[in-house]
Amino acid sequence: MSKRIDVESLNVYYGDFLAVEDVNIQIDPRAVTAFIGPSGCGKSTFLRTLNRMHEVVPGARVEGKVNLDGEDLYGRGVDPVRVRSQVGMVFQRPNPFPTMSIRDNVLAGAKLNSRRMSRSAADELVESSLRGANLWEEVKDRLGKPGSGLSGGQQQRLCIARTIAVKPDVILMDEPCSALDPISTLAVEDLISELQEEYTVVIVTHNMQQAARVSHKTAFFNIAGTGKPGRLIEYAPTQEIFNNPKNQATEDYVSGRFG
Amino acid sequence: MTRIAPTEPETGEAPAERRAPRGAGPSGSPRQDAAFSGLALGASLLILVVLAGVALFLCLQAWPVVGAPAEEFYGGEGFLSYIWPLVAGTLIAAAIALVIATPVGVGVALYISHYAPRRLAKPVGYVIDLLAAIPSIIFGAWGASVLAPRIVPLYDWLGAYLGFIPIFAGPASATGKTILTASVVLGIMILPIITSMSREIFQQTPVLQQEAALGLGATRWEMVRMTVFPFARAGIISSVMLGLGRALGETMAVTLVLSGGPFNPSLIQSGNQTVASEIALNFPEAYGFRMNELIAAGLVLFLITLVVNMLARFVVSRYKEFSGANS
Ligand SMILES: Nc1ncnc2c1ncn2[C@@H]1O[C@H](COP(=O)(O)OP(=O)(O)OP(=O)(O)O)[C@@H](O)[C@H]1O
Ligand SMILES: [Mg+2]
Repeated sequence: MSKRIDVESLNVYYGDFLAVEDVNIQIDPRAVTAFIGPSGCGKSTFLRTLNRMHEVVPGARVEGKVNLDGEDLYGRGVDPVRVRSQVGMVFQRPNPFPTMSIRDNVLAGAKLNSRRMSRSAADELVESSLRGANLWEEVKDRLGKPGSGLSGGQQQRLCIARTIAVKPDVILMDEPCSALDPISTLAVEDLISELQEEYTVVIVTHNMQQAARVSHKTAFFNIAGTGKPGRLIEYAPTQEIFNNPKNQATEDYVSGRFG
Repeated sequence: MTRIAPTEPETGEAPAERRAPRGAGPSGSPRQDAAFSGLALGASLLILVVLAGVALFLCLQAWPVVGAPAEEFYGGEGFLSYIWPLVAGTLIAAAIALVIATPVGVGVALYISHYAPRRLAKPVGYVIDLLAAIPSIIFGAWGASVLAPRIVPLYDWLGAYLGFIPIFAGPASATGKTILTASVVLGIMILPIITSMSREIFQQTPVLQQEAALGLGATRWEMVRMTVFPFARAGIISSVMLGLGRALGETMAVTLVLSGGPFNPSLIQSGNQTVASEIALNFPEAYGFRMNELIAAGLVLFLITLVVNMLARFVVSRYKEFSGANS
């Protein structure tokens, strides 16, 4: 399942500090959307509002609407816990659960929802998720070993496997390759391209080539200065953002003139 | 009492970091390094010497007990019959104290670290830490004069309705000065140890792991079970063992609260005694062989604490591989 995200005039605050201002954006299903922009412009902040992960930070709050196929994530009575099992997240640094084996890592989220999973169903889910994350061949002989014993790139793919095991509609990724070497990065990028067949994928990246390689549409965020809120400057098909941007700031950024 | 290192939290990339600066960098001249390692070596040797000295003193003083005829011992039936009720009393009191303090301590720690609004977390933590600063004689006096008389109705009730279980056999003590009361006081005394240590470790759980759990759709409690408890497991065990060490050796509170006597399986009657309290009560008047006997009892207590600590270390080290120290 893959769902469309519709954001309407969203403001994000940390306490009194307005971090992101008035974002309107429609994110397509079955596609990869990239967020780019200089450091501190609120990409992570905005991304985390798409699964209410920002609520982990005390004092963080939003105004506005985020619709997932028409259903407002911030509507009354919507449980953030359920939102997060619909909208999964992959973090900047690989973070498998260190106390769990590879197998248990994959099952960790899935078990939260369906506690009574038969052994064969669990085996199947482990294999399909690890295959989905292009990791199966590398770990199938050591599923009982700790996940923290894998390489960084393998750990990140394990985290992706863990996320897709929950069968979310959307997968958010915050600079998923920034802690990885080039080979591992390529493996994860390949994976991202495959994930779009089933999921809505949103990826924050500082790597222009990466955005160009994997995404269909790109959103450029910027800030006017420190202490000012981040804003969505331009949102268009990736080809257009990189080859033919409408906004001067976008052109400066993608051509490497600042940021 | 030997102290257990609290899990070495945040050992993240510590080994590498720890190795890197050695002999490198502008500030670490070789001479400073040598001076510091000499100082550290000296300090550790000094500690070893002092420890060995104490152990030697205990052994020398306790030596006459070995092979002495049974009649010479207090009670007239040999060292074993003298010591076992005391050891039993010590272990029972400490065990009950742990049963009370561990769930409460861990619960309060978790409340402070993960549930309480920040405005509340600070004061609650502060009050718990204050508990640790209360001298044990005050706890003893409070236990004997306030808690004991008020707890009698509970004992009467236990004796009446649960009296068929040997540990609650009636008639209950009229003063409330029983080993159960002493255990409750001990439990309160070790509560701050368990709470403050557990809390500190709970707070060190990597945010990244907690967010990973939440991001998968875990509730807060599920997140705690998936990340906080596994991360803190070794630390909780350490804190409990630290509390156990305190409970085993605690003297003043038990001496004041417990109206001691021979071994008694019922926890709500008077009777029972702990090693530490027995020594404290009798040492001032002891001379000659009686003194040797009490020191031998002290040696036994020392051995118990030692074994407890070694067990704790063993348990903690067994969880190392999956402890999160290598993530
Ligand atoms: N937990 C927080 N509490 C308060 N302010 C925060 C917090 N996290 C981020 N901010 C602020 O919000 C703004 C946006 O930060 P954010 O991390 O979203 O930027 P970013 O675009 O992801 O940057 P980077 O590319 O460096 O990751 C910054 O001004 C930052 O200081
Ligand atoms: Mg960021």
